[in-house]
Amino acid sequence: MSEQFHDDPLKVAEAWMGEGRPVAVATVVETWGSAPRPVGSHLVIDADSNFEGSVSGGCVEGAVIADALDVIETGEPKMLEFGVADETAWRVGLSCGGRIRVYVERIG
Amino acid sequence: MDPLSLKKLNAARAAREAIALVTDLGDGRDRVVKEGDPVAGELGDALARTFQTGKSGVVTVDGRDFFINVHLPPPRLVVIGAVHISQAMAPMAALAGYDMEIIDPRTAFATPERFEGVRLDDDWPEDVLKLRPLDPYCALCAVTHDPKIDDYPLKAALEAKCFYVGALGSRKTHGKRVERLLAEGVPQAAIDTIAAPIGLDIGASSPAEIAVAVLAQVIEAFRKREIVSGKAAA
Repeated sequence: MSEQFHDDPLKVAEAWMGEGRPVAVATVVETWGSAPRPVGSHLVIDADSNFEGSVSGGCVEGAVIADALDVIETGEPKMLEFGVADETAWRVGLSCGGRIRVYVERIG
Repeated sequence: MDPLSLKKLNAARAAREAIALVTDLGDGRDRVVKEGDPVAGELGDALARTFQTGKSGVVTVDGRDFFINVHLPPPRLVVIGAVHISQAMAPMAALAGYDMEIIDPRTAFATPERFEGVRLDDDWPEDVLKLRPLDPYCALCAVTHDPKIDDYPLKAALEAKCFYVGALGSRKTHGKRVERLLAEGVPQAAIDTIAAPIGLDIGASSPAEIAVAVLAQVIEAFRKREIVSGKAAA
């Protein structure tokens, strides 16, 4: 749908890459229960914390961006998991009660 | 992610090709697979299923986790007939995220003034569809009432396996249409998939209401298409 190509994270990532900016891609790979964004959703992040897209509709983006900066630096991919804030060790959580796994990797 | 994979993904999506990125979650390596590309073993089976359903997910093959992220082309909505229904439907389709275009060889109908901001071709469907062929990610609505204009694109849409094919007209009009399509050699099973009378039965009366009914039926066909294709595969 035309909407999907508007501010499309993967196109943004390619454009950033073309400008020589280091880029990380975060992808929702699994969801349990009610999750705000479907599996396959992307958030792309550059080394200056600029980002485009969404993996949770705002609940955990801050934490994902922080990890993405690490991933950009080390080049080592990370698997992040977020659930309801109280039930997990994570400082941030999903208020909707669902659980998501987010894979964060550097491009190149 | 391999930068080349990202470029391949974006190029395929721009060309309306179904494509998937397969990432080995163990070592982070990835590869791009197009619909129909041969991939052996269990991973190949999983890929085939994923292309059919459009649902991305993690699969475990030989103890290794792979994430398959599938990208299916965005649906195109082709309307035959620059009539009042299509006039009302164009802005609704745009809001719902469908790329709508209109084909009508009758130049008195197909004027840019009546269809601002919509792709409009005032040529015969035969000619337009040769240049921009239909595919399974297209919906076709024939709403001119004129067999000379509607019949060819209906046949083409059934052959291209469009996810939705609808035709305006009463049951009587459709009965005659079925006879013509059969005479043209279109299989009965294919003809049976045409939505006719067109649109969900919500008692629509005005052109705008009919447009709502048609668009809702198109959305239903798209969102539920994996169930249909699942049946076809069984």
